[in-house]
Amino acid sequence: MTGQVRGGARVEARGWGWRHAGRRDPAVRGLDLVIEPGERVLLLGASGAGKSTLLHGLAGILGGAEEGEQTGELLVDGVAAVNARGASGLVLQDPDTQAVLARLGDDVGFGLENLGVSPDEIRARVPQALASVGLELPLTHSTTELSGGQKQRLALAGVLAMRPRLLLLDEPTANLDPEGVHEVVDAVVAAAAGRTLVVVEHRVDAWWPHITRVVVLGADGVIADGAPDAVLAAAADVLAEAGVWLPGTADGMPTHPAGDPGAELLRTDDLAIGRGVRSRRKAKKGVPATPEELAAAVARDLDVAVTAGRVLALTGPNGAGKTTLALTLAGLLAPVAGRVVASDALADGTVADPTAWRSRELLTRIGYVFQSPDHQFLTGSVRRELELGPRTLGRTPDEFTPVVDELLDRLRLTRLGPAHPFSLSGGEKRRLSVATVLATAPRVLVLDEPTFGQDARTWRELVALLAEQRDAGRAVVVVTHDRTLIRALDADEFVLGATVGARETGAGS
Amino acid sequence: MTTLLAPVTGDKVVHRINPVAKITASAAIGVALLITIDWVSGAVALALVTLLVPFAGVPMRALGVRILPLLVAAPLTALTIALYGAPSGEIYGTFLLATVSEGSLQLAAAAALRVLAIGLPAVLLVATVDPTDLADGLIQTWRLPARFVLGALAAFRLVGLIVDDWRALVLARRARGVGDAGGFLGRIRFLGSVAFALLVLALRRGGSLATAMEARGFGGDGARSSARVARFGGAEWVLVLIGVAISVAALTVSIAVGSFNPILGPRG
Repeated sequence: MTGQVRGGARVEARGWGWRHAGRRDPAVRGLDLVIEPGERVLLLGASGAGKSTLLHGLAGILGGAEEGEQTGELLVDGVAAVNARGASGLVLQDPDTQAVLARLGDDVGFGLENLGVSPDEIRARVPQALASVGLELPLTHSTTELSGGQKQRLALAGVLAMRPRLLLLDEPTANLDPEGVHEVVDAVVAAAAGRTLVVVEHRVDAWWPHITRVVVLGADGVIADGAPDAVLAAAADVLAEAGVWLPGTADGMPTHPAGDPGAELLRTDDLAIGRGVRSRRKAKKGVPATPEELAAAVARDLDVAVTAGRVLALTGPNGAGKTTLALTLAGLLAPVAGRVVASDALADGTVADPTAWRSRELLTRIGYVFQSPDHQFLTGSVRRELELGPRTLGRTPDEFTPVVDELLDRLRLTRLGPAHPFSLSGGEKRRLSVATVLATAPRVLVLDEPTFGQDARTWRELVALLAEQRDAGRAVVVVTHDRTLIRALDADEFVLGATVGARETGAGS
Repeated sequence: MTTLLAPVTGDKVVHRINPVAKITASAAIGVALLITIDWVSGAVALALVTLLVPFAGVPMRALGVRILPLLVAAPLTALTIALYGAPSGEIYGTFLLATVSEGSLQLAAAAALRVLAIGLPAVLLVATVDPTDLADGLIQTWRLPARFVLGALAAFRLVGLIVDDWRALVLARRARGVGDAGGFLGRIRFLGSVAFALLVLALRRGGSLATAMEARGFGGDGARSSARVARFGGAEWVLVLIGVAISVAALTVSIAVGSFNPILGPRG
């Protein structure tokens, strides 16, 4: 379907800069860059170097004078990018907010309608675009009922149908599991023939074999530019500082060997789990599950043990119930059947069933870090966020201030103390969400995909921190797809199957 | 709940009828029944609509779920009016402020029938409306601005995500130690804080969705085309005529038997 694209677009930035309205400093300044037709460029740089701004500028969606101030020129095939609508296509990071319409076929046609393409032509192009990304589903299929990888391929199809000469990808795989990453990279590589490609991505290993040029952006324009391996050698320090995952970065991550397992803190007996199946109130009353509720369970007959001094990784394919199991272990979801039992040491004077604990009682017993940090921030500043747990427990500022200060320092957040949690970068938010849990020192830590989308530097720090918690005699449970994380923490593994029933592998538990 | 209320789909003509025609037909009945308030017009309209239920392309189960609020609202409306409606005619009994009279009982019957006679066709017709088709109809048949209609349509799709967000926010509050909402006031405050967080998340999602839409050329200066055609042909006119016929029949019978009682006119 790429046959009708007339080669790629030529991109040229001449002293280009952009300052978002309301910001003091420009996001990009004095950028001089030429990208020749057909090049496949990987754009790297520290967070805040203006990579996304450049992509949005090339896509012509930065807006007019009321949204920011432009300097210099940004050209696509010699035309100002703002006026080159349709020449470029942009795929964004979040799989959930890119589908516009409810049905697959309609969604792919959305961009074409906006360009005023005739209905007959739209009907011809939509199936081609879907086929080119390998998404061979009925045109009436729901755009919501897709995996993350499929959603991103759908977004790509919607862009490809518009036949752009310039393909722009803004961290398209950051929110995907490894399988989804490969689906998307393969689809992009197949679609890139005859187009110019510019990719921004933190985890570059999957892209590395397919790109022809690497450009590293810094605060004052281009820092390094050239063939991938040459840039890797020339800008190694900058890239490491920026936390870019280069080929080999994952293999080079240190392993933190685990000690002998300590006491068992939590275990499950014939546990069946499900979301929105049973309320905690019903479970507390001891009402047995109905056959319908049992049938709605995502996994059954689970016997898991959580041990002090060890890391337990919950793994398995999408939809196997990893997050549901983690929420159930942490006393946030009621079991559908069976029980979660806290040891006497963990229960510490209260009942053995975490579901029955009061919210405040969880703080010192089981801490939970959600996959999306945005869901768990409750206050208006980073410091208050960390103080919330200790305050809820009735501790005085004299008691908790040293703890909070140490956490801020440890997680490189001191400078951000007064900042609003929502204003932080992805890596900062992740560090803060982990720190809020550590502030009350729970004996069991449960983390859902803590390393998802994290740069290499944050990753390394998080893993060291978790290893330290483990070695201090706490139990750590992680839901993860990240094999490097499992190796680095010397974790035991509990594999949930796609079908009901799970098996246990690995040492320890 | 969200899946229960998903649009009913099927291959009958009624499923493909332009939603704009469905709105017009049910509005015709609604307007007629708001002109007068008497039990005859309501009963006639309700009887005629009930005859059409088997042809609406909505399975009984799906209809049951949707009609439930009406079945609750109609008797409650009747009860309230029977007790507190303006008394007239013979008085059957009084208790504190409540007075049950001939007039208030008639008004009560009229109001309950109205709730059902206006609600039933609306429920029947809206059940088979797909939001995308509605947007097409609004843009192509009623010529409403595509920018607003499609923006609203896309935002509507975020509702599913918002439901997930709500669940996650409630769980996160329990995990953070602030989930013990004590008492009624505590519960209200708790729900308020979740609702505010939800609003913030929804705005952020809306922002990303708007960027994604713009990146695909939405909101540009050029003319838009439409991949799907919203027809307004024979089937649509027939449906609108059915709606008008029902309302005319209801008003005619009501006038003929002398119970016509215009809301804006003198009390009869």
